[in-house]
This record gives sequence, C-alpha cells and structure tokens, in this order.
Amino acid sequence: MSKLVTALILMLCPLLALGAGGGVPLEKAKVDLRDKEAMRRGAQYFVDHCMGCHSLQFQRYNRMGQDLGIPEPELRERFIYDGGRPGDLMENSMRAEDAEKWFGTAIPDLTLVTRWRSPDWVYTYLKSYYLDPSRPWGVNNAVFADVGMPHVLAPQQGLQKAVYEEAKHGEEGHGPLEGLELVEEGSMSPEAYDQMVYDLTAFLTYVGEPIAEKRRELGVYVLLFLGVLFVFAYALKKEYWKDIH
Amino acid sequence: MSTETTGFLGWIDKRFPLTKVWNEHLAEYYAPKNLNFWSFFGSLAILVLVIQIVTGIWLAMSYKPAAEDAFASVAYIMRDVEWGWLIRYMHSTGASAFFIVIYLHMFRALLWGSYRKPRELLWIIGVVIYLAMMATAFFGYLLPWGQMSYWGAQVIVNLFAAVPGVGEDLAVWIRGDYNISDVTLNRFYAFHFLLPFVLVGLAFVHVVALHRVGSNNPDGIEIKEKKDEKGIPLDGIPFHPYYTVKDLTGVVVFLAFFAIIMFFAPTFGGLFIEPPNFQPADPLQTPAHIAPVWYFTPYYAMLRAVPPIAGSQFPGVLVMFGAIFIFFFLPWLDRSPVKSIRYKGIVSKVALGTFVVSFVILAWLGMLASTPTRTLLAQVFTILYFAFFLLMPIYSKLDKTKPVPERVTV
Repeated sequence: MSKLVTALILMLCPLLALGAGGGVPLEKAKVDLRDKEAMRRGAQYFVDHCMGCHSLQFQRYNRMGQDLGIPEPELRERFIYDGGRPGDLMENSMRAEDAEKWFGTAIPDLTLVTRWRSPDWVYTYLKSYYLDPSRPWGVNNAVFADVGMPHVLAPQQGLQKAVYEEAKHGEEGHGPLEGLELVEEGSMSPEAYDQMVYDLTAFLTYVGEPIAEKRRELGVYVLLFLGVLFVFAYALKKEYWKDIH
Repeated sequence: MSTETTGFLGWIDKRFPLTKVWNEHLAEYYAPKNLNFWSFFGSLAILVLVIQIVTGIWLAMSYKPAAEDAFASVAYIMRDVEWGWLIRYMHSTGASAFFIVIYLHMFRALLWGSYRKPRELLWIIGVVIYLAMMATAFFGYLLPWGQMSYWGAQVIVNLFAAVPGVGEDLAVWIRGDYNISDVTLNRFYAFHFLLPFVLVGLAFVHVVALHRVGSNNPDGIEIKEKKDEKGIPLDGIPFHPYYTVKDLTGVVVFLAFFAIIMFFAPTFGGLFIEPPNFQPADPLQTPAHIAPVWYFTPYYAMLRAVPPIAGSQFPGVLVMFGAIFIFFFLPWLDRSPVKSIRYKGIVSKVALGTFVVSFVILAWLGMLASTPTRTLLAQVFTILYFAFFLLMPIYSKLDKTKPVPERVTV
C-alpha cells in the first residue's frame, strides 16, 4: 500500500513544474486578524480615503463596530459621514454612470476584494503605483496595468518611478520592470506608509469574511469534541468486536 | 421474525413490517466480517447526502434565486443570517466531500470487483447515482451567481450546442434564453432542489439491490456459498451492531476531516470555492481562465484534449460523456476468473494504478489553462483512461491469477 502511494506521488511530481505561473510577484501581507488595533486604523483610513468611491455594500457599520471594538458613539462620530444609522450597510452615493464618466470604468465594490483577489494582491497593489505620463491620471500600477484609479494615497506615499532592466541587445525600449523607486516624498515615511497599507489590507481582509476569526476558534472546540467522541466510539467498537475472529 | 412481537411494537408490526425491515436490513443482514477501511464510504455517502439536504433546505430559506438578488443573498447568508456562514460552508464543503467519498466508494468497487456478477445491477444503479450527483452539483454551482458560476454554466451548456444539427436549439432550450440568465438560474434552482430527493430514491434502490445480493468483501468471494445449518453465512456477522458501531467510528473520523476543512480552510485553497466566485456574475466580462470545480476537471481536461474535427467540438463532447458512460459497461468488460485485485495478476494491478493516476493527472490538467504541452499530456492520459476499460477484456483474461481462498481472510 505505502509503495503504491509513493509511486502515485512520484508520478505526479512533474506536474508541480506545470503549475507555476507568471506575473509581478506579490508581497506577502501576512495579515493577523487578531490585531484589532490595525483593523480599526484600517477602517478609519478606508472611510477617509476610499469610501468616497468604493462601497462595502455587504458590510454593516455596527457589525464592524462590534467585531473591531468601536463603540457606537465613536462609530457615529468618526465613521458614519452620511448621517446614516449604525445598522446601515457601508454604501456610498457614487453613481455608476458618474463613475463610468470620470474613471472610464465601473468602480468595484470592495467587500469581497480580498477573497477574489487576495490580501497579498491588495497590499502589493497599494504600493505599486508609479509615474506614467501616458495615463490620464499620470500614474500606472505594476500589479494592475492601466488601472483607471488615480493614486489616491500619493499625498501619504509620495510618487514612485519605474526602474526597468536594460533592453536586450538589439531590442527597442526597455526590459522588464525591475522595481519602483521613490522620487518624491509624501507626508509619511516609507515604513509608516507600509503600515498604513497593511492596516487597510487587514481591514479589508476582515471585511471579506467577518466571521473568520470566530470560525477558527469554534473549529478548535468542535475538533476537541470529536476527539473525545472518537475515544468512546472506538472503545465501543472494540468492545463489540472482541469476540469476532 | 423468529418470535411474534407483542405490546405496542406488536400493534405496529401487525400494520407495518417494522421488525421485519429492521431485521432484514440491519439486525439480521449478514455482512462479511473482513470488511476494511474501504467499506466506510457507503455509509459516509448517505451521511453526506443527508448533510447536503438538511443544509440545503436551510440555505433555501434565505437564498433568492433571481439574477438581481442571488449574489447578494449569499453574502447576506454569510454575514447577517444567524449561523448562516456555518450552514453555507457545510454545504460547500459537503459538495466536495460528497465527490471525494463517492470517488473512494467507486475505487473500492474497482478494487474488490464489486461490479461483477451478481452485482451488475447494483453497480449500474451506482453509476446512475453518480450521474444524478453530477447533475445536482452542476445545477447547484450556478446558484451563488459568481463569475465562475456563470461562466462555468455558460461553457457546459455550450457543449450541447456542439451537437450536430439541433445543437443551437438544444442549448437555447436548456438555458431558456440565448445566454445564461435569470430564467436559467430559476430552472437550475428548481432542478437543484428536486434532484437530491431523486438521489434519496436512487440510494434506497441501491441499498435494496445490495441487500438482495449481499455485500462484497476485500477477498471478492461470496460468503453466501458457505452457510451454517441455520442458513447464516459462516463468514457473516450482523450489520447491526457490528458494522453500525464500526461505521460510527468512521463517521467521527470523517467529521473531523470535514471540520478541519470547514473551520480552517473552507475554500480549500480555491479548490472547493473558487476565488472568481466572490465576484458577482458579469455577462460582459469573461474571466481570464474558466475551470470547473475540481470534481469535474478530469472530464473537462478530456474535452479540451480532443481537437475539433471539421470545426466541431462534438467529438470532444462525445469523449467526455463517453468517459462517464463507459462505467456502465464495466461488469461485462472484466473477464478475470477472480473478482478482487488481491488475486489478480500484475497486469491488472498496473492497469488499475494507471487508471487512477490518469484520473488524478487529468483532474489536475483540467484546472490549469491549456498549453501545447499540457494538451499533449491530457491526450496521453485520456487514451490511458480509456485503455483501462477497452483493453480490459483482453488483459483481464490473459493475466495470471492467484488461487482464491475458500473462506474470507481476516
């Protein structure tokens, strides 16, 4: 049996090489969903910088308040800007037609963005804007080519330029992207900006699945219960089967 | 059956054969005493079917089968409905668990030769169950109305459009529209609700057929051929309590695996719930890469492996459906004098191993975007997949076999 399993695994090995993909490597966000402090800051950044355009159409203010430990008066004062109630969904008043006109594309709702992209994608994306005079907003993004969104966090991050590898001999233009280099400082140090982007990513990861942390906690108890149940079930089986030979 | 029942049970038994049914199917149903790990998956399949039906009904209480509302109603279940997230994850994990259990159950039948005489009909009912399961899964996958739901359904329904002559009309008839739309979602919901109850009926018939012919065992020999003076098989033990307590242990282990996935990795790395399905269906934006859920990918790989002939994808569609329907013929393809792989020769063992490897590699290839190398690999393994069946009458007959014991080995 074990020989068979080994043979099967060995036969599957060449497939690992086929599974590798291309594209810009994503930085690891390493989101810790127990860090409520970071998620609270992220929530504040989100309502201050993102929510004018991006909604969280399935997320309720008060659910966020309960999960992240934001009391209701604070919620009303610092998070709900449209005079809404804490039980409301985190929507905004951007109209789809206007968005289409202003940015050339519909603006995605971000409730589930960390689930269909990934936390790493969001984290890297927010750090990957660079100057590109050919684009309407003067910036482009290394993770999302020709993105319609301007660099909203430029006042904090500053501006980066793209650094390319040299073109191969005989080829025109430049080689592949090597990295991004800060050319104009923002109000934040690079470390502080990284923290801000991390906070936003952590918040959006929470929003993607508000139950995630409790789900894991509950899972531990369920497994402990099943462990105990197994001991009894196995003992019962042993007892019944002891006279079968 | 031996003694007349009295009291309340007696009153029932005069009007409904309760004791008789209990005895025939549990307390006096004699199963071989040498059943091993592989025999857990039958009862587990029933368990998963029940999980799917119960969670499904509770999901239906909050789900809205309309193109405008479906995606939002799933988000509502995940966020606002009390314990909705748990019920939904149970259902999505259950769908994949069902296929894992059934694939292992089918593999067991291949190992022990459980499709051979006198179990041909039992096997055929099983293949029908597998088909009904696939249909149920296919209809259900559209319901969350995510990008992969939508485009997956689009691709599969378009397969029917490849049927020569009537294809286009057939596809429109299935969808009820020229595209996957609200109409399609409504009818898929209706079928997704109906089919599980058909599955219950089929599973019942499957068990009735099993109890007629008796359970097979790892040795692939008939325990009914050696009976004591009371007519009880010498190597048989009553299903209840022996196998009920044994299966209970199996159930607990299975539930532990189930819980690990459900609580710690409910999307299972994008295999059980694909990331694009967290984006609402958009008929105007085709995802870069469309792949069905993992349990369909072996057949999807075969579909893509067959090159179009005269501009038609129909040959690929035929190969894909052929790969499933060929299971029906298995009882008559195996000409070996022995049933179980234990007593078959090296050729049969290699053939079964190759078949399993082909199935797994095709499943893998079906998840990936196709490239010329991968298409070539898919073609090779599609041929190997079919070779297992089509060459079986030859190799199973020629292959050396070992002597089969008189009684089961424990």
